[in-house]
Amino acid sequence: MIEIKHLTKTYGVGDDAPRALDDVSIDIADGDITGIIGMSGAGKSTLVRCINLLEQPTSGQIIVDGQDVTGLSGAELRQYRRRVAMIFQNFGLLAQKTVLANVCFPYRAATGKITDENRARALELLDLVGLKEKASSYPSQLSGGQQQRVAIARALACDPEYILCDEATSALDPASTNTVLKILRDVNRETGVTIAVITHSMDVVEKICKNVAVLEHGRLVEQGSVAEIFANPQTHAAKVLLGRVDWDA
Amino acid sequence: MLSLSEFVAEYGELLFEGTLSTLVMLVVPTIIAYVIGIALGVVLYLTAPGSLRPKPVFNGILGWIVNILRSFPFIVLMIAIIPLTRILMGTISGIAGVIPPLVFSIAPFVSRTVEQSLSEIPRASVEAVESCGASVPCIVFHALLPETLPSLIRGAALTLISTLGYIAMAGAFGAGGLGDIAIRYGYYRYQTEVMIAAVVIIVVIVQVIQSVCDLLARKVDHRMANR
Repeated sequence: MIEIKHLTKTYGVGDDAPRALDDVSIDIADGDITGIIGMSGAGKSTLVRCINLLEQPTSGQIIVDGQDVTGLSGAELRQYRRRVAMIFQNFGLLAQKTVLANVCFPYRAATGKITDENRARALELLDLVGLKEKASSYPSQLSGGQQQRVAIARALACDPEYILCDEATSALDPASTNTVLKILRDVNRETGVTIAVITHSMDVVEKICKNVAVLEHGRLVEQGSVAEIFANPQTHAAKVLLGRVDWDA
Repeated sequence: MLSLSEFVAEYGELLFEGTLSTLVMLVVPTIIAYVIGIALGVVLYLTAPGSLRPKPVFNGILGWIVNILRSFPFIVLMIAIIPLTRILMGTISGIAGVIPPLVFSIAPFVSRTVEQSLSEIPRASVEAVESCGASVPCIVFHALLPETLPSLIRGAALTLISTLGYIAMAGAFGAGGLGDIAIRYGYYRYQTEVMIAAVVIIVVIVQVIQSVCDLLARKVDHRMANR
């Protein structure tokens, strides 16, 4: 369980420094797929980058399974990051490594070496995302959707308890989006891994999320089950995201 | 006017030895400078603001030192560090005497090419390996440096060719090599054909360096599909 408590992130100092996140509290329950949705600039990427501490929150806490992780550093931080794997909008694959070597990278990060067992496991993961035959290709030879599936295999190689998806499907066409979402849903069902999906698309939320939190200007403005919010959106932000406002108004 | 065979008999050995000295002066300092320059470049990259280990003050000072070394005209640097060269090499003449000033002027240049190559790696790739829980040494040796390989090779062509220019200058200060031959025979003795031969050899060396590095860089570059 990830408990985000009163998380604030400001850039710069002073009271009028811009706040990317302003007192955000969200619980991400184990085994769920939780959506965090908002318009561009709402602070959702900052939020997810604070969860795995690519960015240090200005104040507030992130409590994972009862442990406050905001103060972690060094080896503890690296170990924590493997529990919370991340998938990026632009895939973040290493262009000079083969698909297999990319998927094996978390093993290298964890143990300093890549064993034959690691390679076998990486191939299983590639099989899981349907790209086993691409193991010796390079990322530039793959389509965007395929690259994102490789990135998912790499995230799974961390053997994570949580997967954070930062606009994972925003750069993909609808067909690739569906493939990637299906893989994420299946992984969630089969392994029970908890997933947080950052997106600006209600379509993505509707397809795979159980709960959703709506961010606007760095604040949490609405949260609840997907069914509730789709049936009865309370805030303007949620209505806009759902396309329930007169666009010409 | 000498025939070609007479020319080769007369100056062949001189030019051969000059070429050999030039190649030694090119390769040895460049290798040493690369070891230092890659280390410096990685440190400059890692300590830059917003990078993996930001240390703005340290980065500023280091960048300033690198800039100062790069500002020195090579000839001035060569003379300025004569005492240091004597301590390090026991001599200030010949090939040995030119290695320290060459290293001092190439290494800062290399460090900037390395830093630039590193900063071309997409931010997402660096963050992705970081979020796999990789340590900084692991990120540097298993992600960053392998990712920059094609760019490093292209940078090496640049470095080798500008070093060749420095060596020709060092020739005038008793280092030997093709530059020395071109100046001594062509300029002081009016033996234009020797100078032309020396320059032609330098041109060939430049072409070979560029072609080999281009070929290698293309071979190891996997960033573009359908090459």
